[in-house]
Amino acid sequence: MIKQIIKLHSLKGWLFTFSLLGIAIILLPLLNIFAPENSFLHIPDYMFSLFGKYLCYALVALAIDLIWGYTGVLSLGHGVFFSLGGYAMGMYLMRSIGKEGVYKSELPDFMIFLDWKELPWYWWGFDSFIFTFFVILIMPGLFAFIFGYFAFKSRIKGVYFAIITQAMTYALMLLFFRNNTGFGGNNGLTDFKKILGYSLQEPSTKMSLYILTAIVLFIFYVVARFVVQSKFGRVLTAIRDSENRVMFSGYNTLNYKLAIWTISAFICGIAGALYVPQVGIVNPSEMQPSNSIEMAIWVAVGGRGTLSGALVGAGLVNGAKSWFTVAAPDYWLYFLGILFIVVTLFFPKGFVGIFSRLRIKRKGNQNG
Amino acid sequence: MDSSGAHVKDDLIDTRHGCILYIEEVTVSFDGFKALNDLNLFVDDGELLCIIGPNGAGKTTMMDVVTGKTRPDEGTVFFGQNLDLTQMTEFEISHAGIGRKFQKPTVFLNHTVFENLELALHTNKGIWQSLTKTLNGKQREIIEEGLETIGLKNQKNLRAGLLSHGQKQWLEIGMLLAQDPRLLLIDEPVAGMTHQETEHTAELLKSLAGKHSVVVVEHEMDFIRSIANRVLVLHEGHVLAEGKMEEVQNNPKVIEVYLGS
Repeated sequence: MIKQIIKLHSLKGWLFTFSLLGIAIILLPLLNIFAPENSFLHIPDYMFSLFGKYLCYALVALAIDLIWGYTGVLSLGHGVFFSLGGYAMGMYLMRSIGKEGVYKSELPDFMIFLDWKELPWYWWGFDSFIFTFFVILIMPGLFAFIFGYFAFKSRIKGVYFAIITQAMTYALMLLFFRNNTGFGGNNGLTDFKKILGYSLQEPSTKMSLYILTAIVLFIFYVVARFVVQSKFGRVLTAIRDSENRVMFSGYNTLNYKLAIWTISAFICGIAGALYVPQVGIVNPSEMQPSNSIEMAIWVAVGGRGTLSGALVGAGLVNGAKSWFTVAAPDYWLYFLGILFIVVTLFFPKGFVGIFSRLRIKRKGNQNG
Repeated sequence: MDSSGAHVKDDLIDTRHGCILYIEEVTVSFDGFKALNDLNLFVDDGELLCIIGPNGAGKTTMMDVVTGKTRPDEGTVFFGQNLDLTQMTEFEISHAGIGRKFQKPTVFLNHTVFENLELALHTNKGIWQSLTKTLNGKQREIIEEGLETIGLKNQKNLRAGLLSHGQKQWLEIGMLLAQDPRLLLIDEPVAGMTHQETEHTAELLKSLAGKHSVVVVEHEMDFIRSIANRVLVLHEGHVLAEGKMEEVQNNPKVIEVYLGS
């Protein structure tokens, strides 16, 4: 097993991966602490929440790439799994506010506002981080498993599957919008104060969350690599290319699709849970259909079917988004739409595909 | 249901009466059109059976029914005397020992030739095994032998998408063999092959009979003449005639459907 993991990358590949990790979790924090404030090398505190956010998005892209890029099942509903993880974390953070809320009550503020007298049963247990931790690990995957079981069992494929995932995320958004559902309605959960006793306003807490996210992303990158380079991964790509042949070769494709779908949702849920404490809010807009579509665009832009492509795509698109929403907020959605069309038409293998094509060309020139 | 990929043992297929496949009184209709109409067809264990028939005679539907892709409206399909194929899913049928080659060559275009055979290889096909197990020496040997048989040894690290049409046809046959099936259903194996490739394929199929039972559907008459022992003519969803090639060719009913128009 360990041998298999070492073989996932060439020596050069591992060095590169580890140096990226090193830059993220050692160099950047050091520059924040030791570089003088006014030097261009200094990384200000607020950047770490932003980086942390990007890393969460990258984790989402990784998850979508496994199910879409490798298995060919386009999901436009991953916002749901992201939100489920996010809401679970949000509930814990709400409970850790304690009596420091506006109404100085044991109950979360929005419940007082709705004139609720006691905590609904489904909020029980979220005082405990351990409990929350397991909910984060189980809920998104379990939900995906049940949804996926019925969808794949009925052999729903392609566009039809994409559409029902859109319907799923839309339905859940409407459900969470209702005040009576008990998750804070359209305001969602916010005003968080502490996580595990540490103040969320402290730069050190923010930096720790960022470092944790980077490490989690690294771990899941290795896991994903392991999956796609195993025979399991080859079966997945085979399903993408010719599901009939895979079935007639004796594979139960339902199990394979269900497994990778559940793993993908699981990763996405963890990304959501890491995201919420870093941005300080979770609300139903995370489940907007357009949100899930945007997630798929990250992967398409970066390059489907390559793990690095997914990571790069999430970074590029969100980087562009951060820039646009400051410089030209009205044009962001136009840009995103055009980007998606251009990539789909001219660069089906995405950003990473452009590079590998250039590399092959250069090699060809050298040889010729 | 055991979906872990456990294999049905050969001796579980009851062929004591000499037959491996029983298709009895099968009818399949699509929107009122009867693709198969009271079809009765039996395949002897170890024989090489050829099926011919004009377009729309129900040849492909027959294969769909045997492999679980289409469920018959009426009738029974048994593998040996004991396995009711109409109650099994595609992958269970594959495990039971039926391999199928599609009309259009269907291989995994983005995988190498070697990987194509690896995926087809007869082994435990559960999720956990796929995730953790790698090929052992014996399995590699089987794959190498397979590469030899289908003449693609030099192309083993080539993406299957880059193969010629005929090579893809062979690769698909090689994948079937790697599954080590009792019964092979082969739909138009020589479509798009050169004369030489066709000859080579004929030899390959003839060498398989005995160890495996083989059912070949083909249009190409010369090819059938070169391999056939028993020929069966399908027309409008049922068997029109059967026998040796010469008998069938001289059968007035066959002449009418094939050449009459």
